[in-house]
Amino acid sequence: MITVAMVLARVPGLDEHRLRLWIAEEWVRPMRQGGEPVFEEIDLARVQLIFDLDRMEVGLAAMPVVLSLLDQLHEHRRQMHRVLAMLEHPAR
Amino acid sequence: MATDPYETLGVSRTATQDEIRTAFRKIAKKNHPDLNPGDSAAEDRFKAANAANEILSDADRRAKFDRGEIDAAGQERQAQRPDRQYYRDFAQGSGGARYGAGAGLDPEDLGDIFGEYFSSREPGGSRPRKGADRRYRLEVPFLSAINGATERLTLPTGETVDVRIPAGIEDGQALRLRGKGDPGRNGGPDGDALIEVGVVPHGSFRRVGRNVELDLPVTLAEAVLGGKVPVPTPRGEVNLMIPAGSEAGARLRLRGRGVAESGGTAAGDMFVTLLLVAGPRDGALETALREWQERHADFDPREAVRRSV
Repeated sequence: MITVAMVLARVPGLDEHRLRLWIAEEWVRPMRQGGEPVFEEIDLARVQLIFDLDRMEVGLAAMPVVLSLLDQLHEHRRQMHRVLAMLEHPAR
Repeated sequence: MATDPYETLGVSRTATQDEIRTAFRKIAKKNHPDLNPGDSAAEDRFKAANAANEILSDADRRAKFDRGEIDAAGQERQAQRPDRQYYRDFAQGSGGARYGAGAGLDPEDLGDIFGEYFSSREPGGSRPRKGADRRYRLEVPFLSAINGATERLTLPTGETVDVRIPAGIEDGQALRLRGKGDPGRNGGPDGDALIEVGVVPHGSFRRVGRNVELDLPVTLAEAVLGGKVPVPTPRGEVNLMIPAGSEAGARLRLRGRGVAESGGTAAGDMFVTLLLVAGPRDGALETALREWQERHADFDPREAVRRSV
């Protein structure tokens, strides 16, 4: 279980206020247990990504646009991989 | 990759902090691995720029580099965190669907497309289809896994679900919540939520199958004289009878005090292993033990061990 404190420890330079804001904006969507967010590795990596984008001065207004495009890109890549897998083994 | 950090960022040796920051940002924006999935050259450029930036953005380190006290490679090893995993590594895996864009084809659709392509028999398209399953992970306390519990969980969708943890669940076992996955299509059923349960180890109790083990400290007096001692179990404290003359390491059984009974499976047992504690020093006890030693000078507790070697 990765807690807020552990995320802050693993992403130097990130403060709790910003992390909570990103969760409130649903840019990162951890589960909640007992009202507190609990993260998985994918959530942590996404926090790191948003942190990098933030440092690149992708602002609050542009962030959801960038994330949405990235999510679509990954969605398409996942599908492409599935298509390629099926071309190799059409019968599955 | 021990190239000159100034070259890597494409700035002059006299560049200001602003120029360095701008140059780094420019490279980072273009080459961030998550913005370029599948392009390892971009990843290399990003890493090199990151390492160069670690040196040049810090006035102290930059001065050291300029004086030749550190080189780009040595510094780079320090600055780079080798364990960094990029978001794309997860997004490309099956777990990536958690942040899916939602508008894509599902695997069954793909199956249909290929089914049509290869056999042109399946009608496909508007067939009812079950929604995809979603995977989550839930950590539960040791005692919840032993006794069973209900954990309230808020899914990323905002939906609150009560997850019933059956007594005796094993670490890594998955629970299925029907209909809590992605919505079905064309009237098909919703997918399920698959919740993988992680059991947090306990400070004192250990689990072996359906039994629970506990190391229990007892005093010399309790071991030699015997008596009742209180023992914590997963379901409250009980009194355990220590037989007089118990050895350290003796295992005593508390029936039915292990994993709680569930679904027709009987409860497991608890095994208590005695640990001998000498306790505070006591002159009278030491005198008595010296006398004991004289009386039992021929008793050798290590005889069996010695013979086996």
